[in-house]
Amino acid sequence: MSMLLEVSGVSVSFDGFKAINNLSFAIGPAEMRAIIGPNGAGKTTFMDIVTGKTKPDEGRVTWGERNVSLLGMSEARIAREGVGRKFQKPTVFEDQTVLENLLMALRSNRSPFAVMFYRSNRADLDRVEELAGEIGLLDSLGRKSGELSHGQKQWLEIGMLLAQEPRLLLVDEPAAGMTPAEREHTTAILVEAAKTRAVVVVEHDMEFVRRLDCRVTVLHEGAVLAEGSLDHVTTNSQVIDVYLGR
Amino acid sequence: MSDTFLKRNPSVLIFLAVLALFVLGVTLLAEGAGAGVISTSFVKTLGKTLCLALIAVAMDLVWGYTGILSLGHFAFFGLGGYMIGMWLMYARTQAIVVSSLAEAPIPATESEIVDAIGNQIFGVVGSREFPLIWMFADSLVLQLVLVVAVPGILALVFGWLAFRSRVTGVYLSILTQAMTLGLALYLFQNDSGLRGNNGLSGLQNLPGLDHVPQATMSIWFFWASAAALALGYLFAAWIVSGKFGSVLRGIRDNEARVRFLGYSVEGYKLFIFTVTAIIAGIAGALYYPQAGIINPAEIAPVASIYLAVWVAIGGRGRLYGAVIGAVFVSLVSSWFTGGQAPDLDLGFYTLKWVDWWLIVLGLSFVLVTLFAPRGIGGLVDLWSERRQPDRHGADLGPGAGALREKEASK
Ligand SMILES: Nc1ncnc2c1ncn2[C@@H]1O[C@H](COP(=O)(O)OP(=O)(O)O)[C@@H](O)[C@H]1O
Ligand SMILES: [Mg+2]
Repeated sequence: MSMLLEVSGVSVSFDGFKAINNLSFAIGPAEMRAIIGPNGAGKTTFMDIVTGKTKPDEGRVTWGERNVSLLGMSEARIAREGVGRKFQKPTVFEDQTVLENLLMALRSNRSPFAVMFYRSNRADLDRVEELAGEIGLLDSLGRKSGELSHGQKQWLEIGMLLAQEPRLLLVDEPAAGMTPAEREHTTAILVEAAKTRAVVVVEHDMEFVRRLDCRVTVLHEGAVLAEGSLDHVTTNSQVIDVYLGR
Repeated sequence: MSDTFLKRNPSVLIFLAVLALFVLGVTLLAEGAGAGVISTSFVKTLGKTLCLALIAVAMDLVWGYTGILSLGHFAFFGLGGYMIGMWLMYARTQAIVVSSLAEAPIPATESEIVDAIGNQIFGVVGSREFPLIWMFADSLVLQLVLVVAVPGILALVFGWLAFRSRVTGVYLSILTQAMTLGLALYLFQNDSGLRGNNGLSGLQNLPGLDHVPQATMSIWFFWASAAALALGYLFAAWIVSGKFGSVLRGIRDNEARVRFLGYSVEGYKLFIFTVTAIIAGIAGALYYPQAGIINPAEIAPVASIYLAVWVAIGGRGRLYGAVIGAVFVSLVSSWFTGGQAPDLDLGFYTLKWVDWWLIVLGLSFVLVTLFAPRGIGGLVDLWSERRQPDRHGADLGPGAGALREKEASK
């Protein structure tokens, strides 16, 4: 199976500190992958590199069937290529309604002129309502998203991510601040999404990762420490030493 | 612009109705067309104020909605004024020269006429040659194109350079100040081709319309300014009402997030910066014929800072707020600085408003910023009780960081 995203030999340092150290990673077009690792392992930085926020010092990041390099592209361009991202801290547009947030994320032409003449149509509104139903915000479409609770903002951001219809979802700690029931729902959404696209989930909560039931990549000091099923990596002595044992 | 647009934005209709009533009232009371209660010079002041309201709307688009604190939009305003001023001055001087040369026994040749016009216009800076930038000055149509093109192209080039290198925040503000200062200093030079610190004058006279009294002319310009404001306001309201407005406000509040949604933030900023520069240019082209004169002092850096003060006091992020701020502050300003306000005798000290007004204005700006960030326009919220969360407020739930630590140790 050809890979959707391939990261090979990537390194990044901040003021001499190597946050990512010769990291290689690959994921197929319809695959779920969990990334775990202690704080400061470089999980968020990894996402920054893939989404174009941080430029690596060396290494390659290639994308899609034609293996184009993502490195020269702007963040916006990478997003349009089909990479969607959910941030660790929920970042929604608090001054705008849930509807406006979702409409902005909805997959469509992003050029200024197209957006200027865009007027919401029935099909788009139906899609937004469907998404809002999925994330439990159907009754809140008209509310300013700044009024939502922390958990609801997480949901809204997941909804925005789905609305973008990306080919690759990068999800940074989606379950933080959620109740157990909400976590279960999040798992279901992510598992469903991974049937048709690639999903990379960064999470600390082992129970959550177990429910995702997927391959796990363990990051440590900016490099891959182990990769395999959850049971496989959790019995790895190195992993136990640096992460689970503490 | 369907009626659903107006239905969804009732404030636009209210604004247009108030503007229409105002225009009607002034017209009926003015010297030129009605009862003569309002003097011609005051009609001009009101017309100019409408132009200032128009540039304030532009400023609100670029600052209040998109979060780009441009402190250079008066440069574009001034450039618009210069572009129309060139034609006004050329055409009027031409009419005078032609009529005076007509009395000569031998009819003047084309080049003699041009020489004489050059002598008239540039004599004051010790020159008689037409600089290259005046090559279209004999054509009203071309100069009108330049009213739009010159500010537009300057903004496009400046914005492209600044936004491409991701200059934001206070650095961008400083850069725009540098731009307007640079332009003003250049225009102050006698060999800039625009008559140095003399500027362009006599702009209140429309060529070929000498028989029309200023009283009538002032009403025409007043109407034109009101029409431009109405159109500019409608355009601005339309642009911010839909998804485009969502993206602009998204850029203001979190531009990185907008990028990750796939929108080219730089493209949007460049677009709004250029469009508002063009609106500013048009406002300037209507303003200076009413002022009668334009000189480089008009685009001094502080002018653009005043513009930001008006919008802040009126309430940024809402178009009517910008209009209220510009109208209110500029009228009150001209009342205080025009010497009409009576001095305040404090016994031990006589407060002269001409000297003290700037301090009062500065103080109001600080107070508004600190205690009423929504400005005068925010009063409408009190009245309509519109609820609006503080968009910079802390998360309602626990911070992501804290929760993460707890979970990790489980
Ligand atoms: N912009 C930055 N400047 C300096 N150091 C950074 C920057 N971003 C991340 N780091 C450092 O890189 C390391 C990896 O961080 P991060 O990717 O956020 O870890 P994780 O998400 O796995 O907890 C940390 O030590 C962090 O302090
Ligand atoms: Mg992280």
